Amino acid sequence: MTGMMLRQRCPLLAGGLLAFAMSAGSTAGAEELRIGYLAPTTGIFAQVGKDMVDGFQMYLDEVKNDFGGAQVKFIVEDEQGKPDTAVTKARKLVLQDKVQMFAGGLLASTGYALAPVSTSEKTVYVNPVAAADDLTQRDLSKYPYHIRTGWTSSQPSHPFGEWACEQGYKKIVAIGADYAFGYEVVGGFQKAFEDCGGKVIQKIWPPLGTKDFGPYIPTIKQDADAIFSLMVGPMSLQFPKQLAASGNKKPVIGGGTSYDEFVLPSMGDEVIGHVSALQYSAAIDTPKNADFVKKYRAKYGKVPSYYSETNYTTAQMVHEVIKKNNGKWPGGEEFIKQLAAVKVDSPRGPVAIDAMRNPVQNIYIKKVEKKKMFGYDKDELWNTVIKTYPNVGQFWKYDQAAFLKQPVYSRDFPPCKFCE
Amino acid sequence: MRGRGVDTRFWLIQAFNGISYGALLFLVGSGLSLIFGVMRIVNLSHGSYFLLGGYVALTVIWTTGSWVLAVVVAALSIAMVGLVMERIFLRPLGFDPLRQVLLTVGFAFLFQQAALDIWTGNNFDINPPDALTRSIVIGGLYLPLYRVFMIATALVIGLVLWLVMEKTRMGAAVRATVDDAQMARGVGIDTSRISMFIFALGAFLAALGGVIGGAFLGVYPGLDFEILPIAFAVVIIGGMGSLGGAAIGALLVGLADNFGKALFPEISYFTLYAPMALILAVKPTGLFGRE
Amino acid sequence: MTREHVKILAVVAALAAIAIIVPNTNSFVILLATRALAFAILVMSLDILLGFTGLPSLGQAAYLGVGAYMTAILATKYQFGLGFDFWLVVVFGILIGAALAAVFGLLAIRATGVYFLMITLALGQCVWGLAYRWNSLTNGDNGINLPGRPRFGIDLSNDVTFFYLVFGFFAVSLLLMYVLVRSPFGHTLKGIRERELRMRILGYNTWLHKYIAFVIAGGFGGLSGVLWAYTAGIVSPENVVLTTSVDALLMAVLGGAGTLVGGVIGAVIVFGLREYLSTLVPWWQYVLGAVYVLTIFYLPTGLMGIPERIRQRRASAGRRGESKDLASVPS
Repeated sequence: MTGMMLRQRCPLLAGGLLAFAMSAGSTAGAEELRIGYLAPTTGIFAQVGKDMVDGFQMYLDEVKNDFGGAQVKFIVEDEQGKPDTAVTKARKLVLQDKVQMFAGGLLASTGYALAPVSTSEKTVYVNPVAAADDLTQRDLSKYPYHIRTGWTSSQPSHPFGEWACEQGYKKIVAIGADYAFGYEVVGGFQKAFEDCGGKVIQKIWPPLGTKDFGPYIPTIKQDADAIFSLMVGPMSLQFPKQLAASGNKKPVIGGGTSYDEFVLPSMGDEVIGHVSALQYSAAIDTPKNADFVKKYRAKYGKVPSYYSETNYTTAQMVHEVIKKNNGKWPGGEEFIKQLAAVKVDSPRGPVAIDAMRNPVQNIYIKKVEKKKMFGYDKDELWNTVIKTYPNVGQFWKYDQAAFLKQPVYSRDFPPCKFCE
Repeated sequence: MRGRGVDTRFWLIQAFNGISYGALLFLVGSGLSLIFGVMRIVNLSHGSYFLLGGYVALTVIWTTGSWVLAVVVAALSIAMVGLVMERIFLRPLGFDPLRQVLLTVGFAFLFQQAALDIWTGNNFDINPPDALTRSIVIGGLYLPLYRVFMIATALVIGLVLWLVMEKTRMGAAVRATVDDAQMARGVGIDTSRISMFIFALGAFLAALGGVIGGAFLGVYPGLDFEILPIAFAVVIIGGMGSLGGAAIGALLVGLADNFGKALFPEISYFTLYAPMALILAVKPTGLFGRE
Repeated sequence: MTREHVKILAVVAALAAIAIIVPNTNSFVILLATRALAFAILVMSLDILLGFTGLPSLGQAAYLGVGAYMTAILATKYQFGLGFDFWLVVVFGILIGAALAAVFGLLAIRATGVYFLMITLALGQCVWGLAYRWNSLTNGDNGINLPGRPRFGIDLSNDVTFFYLVFGFFAVSLLLMYVLVRSPFGHTLKGIRERELRMRILGYNTWLHKYIAFVIAGGFGGLSGVLWAYTAGIVSPENVVLTTSVDALLMAVLGGAGTLVGGVIGAVIVFGLREYLSTLVPWWQYVLGAVYVLTIFYLPTGLMGIPERIRQRRASAGRRGESKDLASVPS
């Protein structure tokens, strides 16, 4: 596996003692910043895990592991896509490797498994990917050491709902993967769309991992103006194909992961014209992003997905904080405070953190197009940005208190008032 | 989520979808059923054969661009893998279901990791020839041609298998071995050759399923262990060792899975495995199993 | 001293060694040891079925799952089990595991050999399917996070204290199972494993014996689940996936079917591979696969069976042409 820094461990005791000695040892000379990282590097999510690690690693390589004077030791552990393995490895990183902070975690379930570890071990958990809404909403107080540098699942959906109204769509059918992430993405869209006059007339929930959408596509109501789909992983590849083969002529829009650069290279012409919303697109036409995409592609052979970008930017944000502290670790609580105050200009645009420890950032409405970009000489599929909503927080335009009073987006919330 | 009520179009399309999914399952399940029927081997690497077939096909397509060649190469190469596995690893075990289970699972883990290392973990799609990506319209119903192709392939393979089993000497030898291996040996049938052939055939069918399924389900890590219990459901419901049983089992599973998901999404996996358990409780060899 | 006494002494000594050494290593090892011991209870229960009754089950994870989910749901939805009521949860866990086995046993016990493998696989998958899809109860694939470990006079959030608790349960389970297999009931089970037909001719109700063994195994599985939930702090469908049952089976065979303690050895090795080796090298999955394959070929009686094999080889050096039956599962 290229690009990963896995450390060969000495026998337990010696390694533990060494790490302990190093952490107890004080500030003279280059301080060591030990960052633990959890990603699925084996198992079915191994490729996503690799992209996550590669993104972080690329930033480290650019600054030669030097964060304002501190030497970064990047310790990657394989959480195998399983929540309790993530907990075990996180505790190993904290207790044995004595990391000052850990980052990573892919699935929402992993995020929910790691957050309590950060609380019980009083160790900073920087979360670049796991998007479960409540980690920085209704459950915020449970996890004072958790801070997000990625997104909430519903964050891009809110402006997207407004955009859908602007397009003139009145009735939309939503079909999304039947699990919490699906509920939150669809839920955010439904709330915003219905608040500006639209109607979600049907919600279909194929189980996570569905590959044959045969049971579902025929049930899509014919009087819809558009179809909103939220697919992840292999589902994203199969759904558009099967939808097109069923004779669908309606416009298709969807959650960001349905067309993210992780799956886009394997998709065909059936997704041209599909629109989605996310805080990143590899086709963001800024010098900073062009530079990022070209460097990443040259190094790892693929266009970066949001998994890679968010980790790259996370590393950048951590660097900013450590730089301010002249290379010294400021302690867990102080680090969280300072990270929450950081503002960076990243490949995805400007990123700041809100009062509830979640990013405020641009949301891009992107449309799949086949063209050449960034000087590459082949026609490829790109998520062209067609509209940018700046400074979008996790609550969009809603009053924070009122938003938190309503339940978290679920299968039944918002209720399907217009379902026929 | 219920559809528009008892609309004939809805039921027709669902039935069609269920049958086409069943066609794919027949390819995976028939091989497993034969392997079990002839050799009483519980092959937990069967899902791996399915997935590896897809991966090999991808490599062939990437290098030569030919989908047809990919089908052939993938199926044959995985048949070889199956052959080697049977000869070298399974043959010495003799009849010991527990050890077969553990051995084939061990290989499944090895295959999974190897596939990850060779092909990376990205999600892939097999692109069939353009001709098959269109849809035909019959009576207002859009029928994806690829699904029709899957049904046609399953029918052809099923027919060929049936002809071989019923009308050729080799087939008679296989049937004899399924019914009573000792007697078969007594009559001079080389059961070890038959076993080898059947195992390779099973792997061949699984890989074929993987290539054809690759355009429909995708090719990605984890598919091996996802398809495995479903393949077993087909074999168990249809009956171990019976080709006709595999066909019926595949059809039933395809339809049950389809309608289960459309009508009772909350318990969709339960609706698949519960009947499997109940059938086994009543008839341990499956609906049409021979014992 | 008889060979039996030597074995018992060896086991007691090993247990004492574990109890003393482990808490003095680092926290990660303590955590792994706790996980291995909690899971080992499940593996030993499987060994009762596999090694003593001759029933190879591919679905034991279901009982761990049901015990674990019950614990998690009680802790989160009803705030039950976090104080002295922990002990009630333990009892409930055993009962629910046994109850599930009682229901499943009615369907499964008539089958033997491969068919038993198949039907237990199917039943295990049913439990997985429900855990995965019954979102309102199990939270689907998000899993359920437990609010913490129980406190009843002693604070179990301390890893070492918790280790001792789990170790205690493990030792007691081992003792109970040992008593069971040495009892007349246990001897009947062994007879059934060897030659069921003969036992039936002798007048034993073999179905009933197998059924009771199955229920007992389910009860221990439920206990394992309760402990597992508190060890990991999170319960998800991953705990009842097919691979978990297969792992349990491997642990039993690797350690040595029919030896009870073999289960613990197998558990330690497999957990060591999955969770410790994986921190060292990325190709640990190859090692795991190889362990599966090599165990089957070269160690069919498991690690605990090695002394026996050495003895047999010495004996057969003097006796030619006698084939030994090494596998402990009937055809």
